[in-house]
Amino acid sequence: MSETVTETATAEDAADDAHEAGAHEHPSDWAYIKIALVLAVFTTIEVLTYFESALPIFENNAVTITTLLVLMVVKFYLVATWFMHLKFDNPIFGRMFLAGLVLATGVYIIALSAFEFWA
Amino acid sequence: MATATLESHDTHDDHGHGTSTGISNTKLAMWTFLGSECLLFGGLISTYLLYKTRRGPGPDNTTIPTDIFDIPFTSVSSFVLLMSSLTMVLALSALTRGDNRATRAWLLTTAMLGGVFIGGQVYEFTAFLREGVGFTHNPASSAFYTLTGFHGVHVSLGIVMLMSLVVASKQGKLTPKNTETVEVVGLYWHFVDVVWIFIFTVIYLIPTE
Repeated sequence: MSETVTETATAEDAADDAHEAGAHEHPSDWAYIKIALVLAVFTTIEVLTYFESALPIFENNAVTITTLLVLMVVKFYLVATWFMHLKFDNPIFGRMFLAGLVLATGVYIIALSAFEFWA
Repeated sequence: MATATLESHDTHDDHGHGTSTGISNTKLAMWTFLGSECLLFGGLISTYLLYKTRRGPGPDNTTIPTDIFDIPFTSVSSFVLLMSSLTMVLALSALTRGDNRATRAWLLTTAMLGGVFIGGQVYEFTAFLREGVGFTHNPASSAFYTLTGFHGVHVSLGIVMLMSLVVASKQGKLTPKNTETVEVVGLYWHFVDVVWIFIFTVIYLIPTE
């Protein structure tokens, strides 16, 4: 009985040590490299939009702007979820960040509208 | 026995962080800070968007930054900063494994990539100045220098933090028990990267007209 209690306590101590060290489940190095490769491909596509002659589809401004905004959001999401560990960490961290992000987006959309930026 | 059970529950409830929320105060503070940084950069980006086409009133200050952007050059430095996020997570991963040598190597690589990015920014600013586009040239250039300059200062502070970690590691003060310290610096570094992802698209790549 006492041995069982000791073993449980040791396991809890180890878990606590891991928590104290800020540890949580981390992806493998290879997973990080794969994410970086995806980011590199997206960046290449972004840069290609500048060279209209490389891909004639980007001669259309609406296509270019939509592509750039979508790629930007996806890159932002990948870095935040994988490299910043929001995917694996306590959700409250993401909520704190999202609160600032949503507030900033809202405030500055209103500010830009007030200055007739979209006109 | 009852006391032991109670103590055990207490330890479990705070998840080892010794906080009433059960999560790390340091990480929560960093995430809150990063949330507030969104407001700072949002303000600077919005200001640039409002002034990006405002040329000066005189004939000598009509050149705006978008006229002289060197997109291929900025693309390379953007790519360098993006890859520094990879080396940063690899540093954290190495520390989690207890591999101090690899941790130092990745931290140094991250700092060096950040240095390359800053070098690129200095080159870009110098090229602009050679074209006669200084900070007070016109409203567009003022907004551009303020935005990218603030970002550059953030990257520079990140490099100082990374170098401090390298020194701490060299002194043996960085162990797997301190992964949270590296993780928090990493969060700052990745944030600087995501802000640049936004700036690179909105300021440099989206066509003005």
